[in-house]
Amino acid sequence: MRTAPVNSVASIDQPSAASHLSIRNVTKVFPGKKGMFNKLSGKTKRDFVAVQDISLDIEPNTFVTIIGPSGCGKSTLLNMIAGLSPISGGEILLNGMPITGPGPDRGMVFQNYALMPWMTVEENLRFAVETVDLKISPKRRDRIIKEHIQLVGLTGAERKHPHELSGGMRQRVGIARALAINPQILLMDEPFGALDALTRGFLQDEVERIWEQERKTVIMITHSIEEALLLSDRIVMMTRGPAARVDEILEVPFPRPRNRETIEQHPAYHDLKAEMESHLFRETRAVEAARMGG
Amino acid sequence: MAVSNATPGLVTTEKQEPLYLNENVRAFALFMLSLGLFLLFWEFGARAGWFVQGVPTASETIKEFWWWVSNPFFDNGPNDLGIGWNLLISLRRVAIGYILASLVAVPLGILIGISPVAYKAFNPYVQLLKPVSPLAWLPLGLYILRDSEQTGVFIIFISSIWPTLINTAFGVASVDKDYLDVANTLGASRLRTIIKVIIPAALPNIVSGLRISMGIAWLVIVAAEMLLGTGLGYFIWNEWNNLSIANILVAIFIIGLVGLLLDSLFAALEKFVAFGRNS
Repeated sequence: MRTAPVNSVASIDQPSAASHLSIRNVTKVFPGKKGMFNKLSGKTKRDFVAVQDISLDIEPNTFVTIIGPSGCGKSTLLNMIAGLSPISGGEILLNGMPITGPGPDRGMVFQNYALMPWMTVEENLRFAVETVDLKISPKRRDRIIKEHIQLVGLTGAERKHPHELSGGMRQRVGIARALAINPQILLMDEPFGALDALTRGFLQDEVERIWEQERKTVIMITHSIEEALLLSDRIVMMTRGPAARVDEILEVPFPRPRNRETIEQHPAYHDLKAEMESHLFRETRAVEAARMGG
Repeated sequence: MAVSNATPGLVTTEKQEPLYLNENVRAFALFMLSLGLFLLFWEFGARAGWFVQGVPTASETIKEFWWWVSNPFFDNGPNDLGIGWNLLISLRRVAIGYILASLVAVPLGILIGISPVAYKAFNPYVQLLKPVSPLAWLPLGLYILRDSEQTGVFIIFISSIWPTLINTAFGVASVDKDYLDVANTLGASRLRTIIKVIIPAALPNIVSGLRISMGIAWLVIVAAEMLLGTGLGYFIWNEWNNLSIANILVAIFIIGLVGLLLDSLFAALEKFVAFGRNS
């Protein structure tokens, strides 16, 4: 079992490499309700510490998966990286620059696809490309759109609206849109969570294929152990919330390109899987125990 | 051979259902039946004197209706005006008042919806003025404007502004957070987000607000015109003074029909902007 210790800084030798993401002692507190007025109306609520003192370094061109029990603050962490949620303490550095808000250097894939229903597939991508570069030439713009629709295998569906597509096809559009702006980092928030098992498998293979092609830095949140093992180079396991921390970071040694049959043959596969299962099982049990107690 | 024998058996199970079992056909038959029964009851009831004195029979009313719709445009002074002219006068008042109201309500609704502070600050006005009967504004309109035509338009304006305003503000305020997150992660400017994301996302709400407003405008114009002169409302009032119940029934039918047409126009528009949402 190759495991890195908690909060390891794995990339001291290349601190300023391209698209290097460094999370340093990040804490997220959702403020409660305080003050006279709320006290009088009996609506006081204590501050909620979602994640506490998380440090993590993500090297360029790696696929990192964050896994943990429900409600452990995985999405909170991802939203802070995306700049959608302010950071309460610590800092997140992208190429040495602190993240202060959202930006097109980070592409986001949403669990519920978040496609604009009134735009066709093509228009959804065009909106992204044009928003990022308002002065882009129509020729270049159309080439980028065409390439990315091709990349996710949706050629022929350019003029369709999202409600005419299946869930899997919609998420392909979501991935194409995130990649079309050529971000340094791709953030995926449980991208296959809303899909049925079969479509999920298809899309995982697709993401593996695209990743081989693009080799972008990817941070993905998931609940699925198999998904994490198939896709990632490193798996970050988080403890239960509140005040969730990074418990352990697993290195996934399988050679690429991968497919789900061959990785199961790898000697490390079952140990890694068992390790993750016991971790998730332990944390989930603790969450349930805390619920019953409180 | 066995396979080819099995196919006809499969085909017979997918037999077309008989016409008389189709839901739409049955609904239409029930509609026609109830209409026929109603007209028969009316005809015989009126002839037999079951109702109050002076109620016209169904056949008299239909004859009157036919006369009015086959001569819609004649003008023998304000008290003898073809129903077509009256309809156009009413529609014109509604159109002016309604368009003015929409031009105010949609942009104002967007502004109020975008800012939570504005939402809270202006909500009391809206909630207070919304339940006021449109006719309560009539004396005020006449006093301020000193003109019956403008007062009619004013009443349409003031009564059809609220549903559009409320629905627009609600639609804008409740735009799916995911759409805004997408715009944010792409670094879209505030203006671009409003034009490209917030307004199209709120469009189904805006159109349903416009639809409700149109319904209210059409309701209100008839009542307002009873006190104004000319228009369908005045036509009804005039025929009441002539004690011509048949003509009143004709006008009611035409008002209903036009209201139905206007509403289906907006229903079609609602469908057009939905793109698979809430349907």
